[in-house]
Amino acid sequence: MKTTELNRRQFLKTTGALIIGFNLFPPSSVSAQSMVEPAADADPKELDSWLAIAPDGTVTVYSGKVDLGTGVETALAQIVAEELDVPFNKVHMVSLDTAKAIDQGITAGSRTIERAGPQLRQAAAAARQELLKLASQRLGSPVESLSVTNGVVSAGAKQVTYAQLIGGKKFNAKIPVSGTGWNMKVAPDVRAKNFKDYKVVGTSQKRVEVPPKMTGEFVYVHDVRVPGMLHGRVVRPPTITSKPGSVDESSVKNIPGFVKVVQEGSFLGVVCTTEWAAIKAAKALKVTWTQPQTKMPAGPDEVFAYLKDTKSLRDQVTVNRGDPEAALSKAGKTYEATYRWPFQMHGMMGPSCAVADVSKDRVTIYSGTQGSFETRTAVAEMLNLPEKNVRLLWREASGSYGRMGADDVSEDAVLLSRAVGKPVRVQWMRADEHGWEPKGPAQLDIVRAGVDDQGKIIAWNFADRGFPLTAALGRGLRLLASRQIGMKPTSDGNSNGTQGGGEMYTFENQKCAAPLIPWVQADETPLRTGYLRAPGDIARCFASESLMDEIAADQKIDPVQFRMRYLGANKRGADALTAVVKQARWQERPSPATVSTETKAIGRGVAISNRADTICGAVAEVEVDKSTGEVSVKRFVLSHDCGLVINPDGLKNQIEGNIIQGVSRALMEEVKFDSTGIKSLDWSTYPVIRFPKIPEIEIVLINRPEMPALGGGEPSSAPIAAAIANAIFDATGVRLREAPFTPERVLAGLKKM
Amino acid sequence: MARISLKVNGKSLVIDAEPDMPLLYALRNDLRLNGPKFGCGLAQCGACTVIMDGNAIRSCVTPMSAVQNKPVTTLEGLGSTKKMHKIQQAFVDEQAAQCGYCINGMIMSSKALLDKNPKPTDSQIREALAGNLCRCGTHIRILRAVKRASGQLV
Repeated sequence: MKTTELNRRQFLKTTGALIIGFNLFPPSSVSAQSMVEPAADADPKELDSWLAIAPDGTVTVYSGKVDLGTGVETALAQIVAEELDVPFNKVHMVSLDTAKAIDQGITAGSRTIERAGPQLRQAAAAARQELLKLASQRLGSPVESLSVTNGVVSAGAKQVTYAQLIGGKKFNAKIPVSGTGWNMKVAPDVRAKNFKDYKVVGTSQKRVEVPPKMTGEFVYVHDVRVPGMLHGRVVRPPTITSKPGSVDESSVKNIPGFVKVVQEGSFLGVVCTTEWAAIKAAKALKVTWTQPQTKMPAGPDEVFAYLKDTKSLRDQVTVNRGDPEAALSKAGKTYEATYRWPFQMHGMMGPSCAVADVSKDRVTIYSGTQGSFETRTAVAEMLNLPEKNVRLLWREASGSYGRMGADDVSEDAVLLSRAVGKPVRVQWMRADEHGWEPKGPAQLDIVRAGVDDQGKIIAWNFADRGFPLTAALGRGLRLLASRQIGMKPTSDGNSNGTQGGGEMYTFENQKCAAPLIPWVQADETPLRTGYLRAPGDIARCFASESLMDEIAADQKIDPVQFRMRYLGANKRGADALTAVVKQARWQERPSPATVSTETKAIGRGVAISNRADTICGAVAEVEVDKSTGEVSVKRFVLSHDCGLVINPDGLKNQIEGNIIQGVSRALMEEVKFDSTGIKSLDWSTYPVIRFPKIPEIEIVLINRPEMPALGGGEPSSAPIAAAIANAIFDATGVRLREAPFTPERVLAGLKKM
Repeated sequence: MARISLKVNGKSLVIDAEPDMPLLYALRNDLRLNGPKFGCGLAQCGACTVIMDGNAIRSCVTPMSAVQNKPVTTLEGLGSTKKMHKIQQAFVDEQAAQCGYCINGMIMSSKALLDKNPKPTDSQIREALAGNLCRCGTHIRILRAVKRASGQLV
């Protein structure tokens, strides 16, 4: 299974060591060797830890953030270029290497621009200050008299470049830093630029890594190859990580290229010299699995009953105003509804992949993790090694939407590499990924509201009953392979978020809560839970914004006008709603529309959301085929306020993605399972949206340059399903309280009318 | 093992491979062509698409035994960052990628479409790409990129 020897040798000759064929950023730290260089972590108090200026004026930034396909590296480079006054194309962001980068916390939660942006801005501003000091000495002019353009410092006619001042040399300067990760404060007293002077921030720079992605030159983690590398595949049962009772090695040992069956606790995998042999061996390996301790739920009804009846770990109350229960008992009319949100998948296009090299007490990992330092810790704990002996070189993976916040595959690669003493590349097969990725958990949302005699909401009680996230890096949680070799979690899981329960509105008596229902099992099941884009908010927004719509319809009030009444104190919320209805050319009237007798009914729906202070207004226009129950979203309009916009086109790209993925999740996506395991193991059993169903999209960016820059990676996912549900009601009079909005559910609703 | 002759991106090659091994693994691992990607191994997502005999095919399910003496074009065969094919350039101009993992399939399927139908309508493009999944939701930009590549962007 190889090219002729001659060809291969020629290839080796022409490509050097056959390792990383191409690197986007020439002055990067990529050494690509399998040897670990143990080093103390980069010290954020050293200015040199953040950035370096090369003799040619190139600025290299050692960011602890990674680009998950959202374009943040480009946006962060804009922030650095702006603050340093250098051309944008002179700034190079280095791919994260735990031996060199600063730990700025996990890349998640749409927090990169919000948190890492100011950290890099301040480091760049501090560097600019140092450069001006040097220039002042060199030019014999006071700092106040200097100006900088494109990395050239001027004092009248005298000029000196950054490269001349420091090119190739160290700053050797300390900067004040407090806190860690997302909460790190960097050089807070250095004055950064006024937004009025911005030239690069706020412009649509093209993404730096897009061209090589279009030609096959870009090196994803899936494309990393190291010398002597073998190929591994994991073997996992379809249901639960029960123990492999008996493993028949003779079933695979005749496969050409077979090296080893690796078994450790419940962890099982194969290693071969070629990828195809590993795939065949994993498939052919005869295994009898023992009976697991944990039982899979029989189906969604059992899950929702469990969510309803089980005592919570903690209630996560975010709003508690007045006395909603007393107000409900006095209300002129009350409303109560229960909304169901299913287990859904991230569904990365490229299944999990990592390369690990474990030799004696040193580990090198190539991974697409969202938390490089967190994966390092997990692996160090798993192998009982000091963290400094583990080095992680990050390479971009497939878009992950939270999935790589649980970097399972790095642990798999480490266990397989340790067992054979050679570097091993592991890629999950499609069924492994669909079956064992941590799922976005099911939620059961119960909303009760009461209105007075004038139809004004005086009571609101919102409870989002959901599961904690049990599969994540850090905080006492354990990933799949760790658990399979017997390591126990010491935590009951992370929060699935709390926003979206109606807290954007002010009601006299109001309670918003998100009770967490226990979900850690003796054995890990494929219904393990993880962060899925805009975690929890989509379901909560679906529930709260649906009930708002239900009340507005019952009161025969236009749903936009109805919402405005309760947004008095929330100016950004009201602005986003005003902006989206203007762009959508919203016709004021109550819902539902006059229901036509035509087979195809048209409707529009509205919703608003606030995730992590990014505010969205959404209007969906749908067409419902009443004969088949099929819903088509024809047009989607969204207004987006994330404060200061760094890269308008990059942001729009993200919002389009949120809308399209959001439409898919609202209309089609539900993980199928029963007591025998997960039934959604490929794209035919877990369908997602395809080209023919893509709606027209219009986006209104509300730029607030006087505000901090907030996140845009996921907040606009939040209102999509709610707006669609409300549009379906407007078109047909059918109120759907369970997602996804499948033809079966629409037909069942129509039948009841 | 069998000796299989094929022509990849214009170069004649002989590869020793098991006849049942899908073409994708020969392209990626033996020829180091990283353009085609493993997405599903089931011909369901399109990430592995290459062009063989003028048709966009799924290399993840095409066995080596079926490619004997066939001409295969991969993403690398269209162009490089130094000299891009007009479709690749159109995708850059429209910033038609987020993670980009699916893009190989999008560009190769578009190439096969435009070779047969140089001025496709919007719905013809949507149909031609209906078998290619994109999870990031870059569809609108991809549609515009194909329109641009076909000289139809107004």
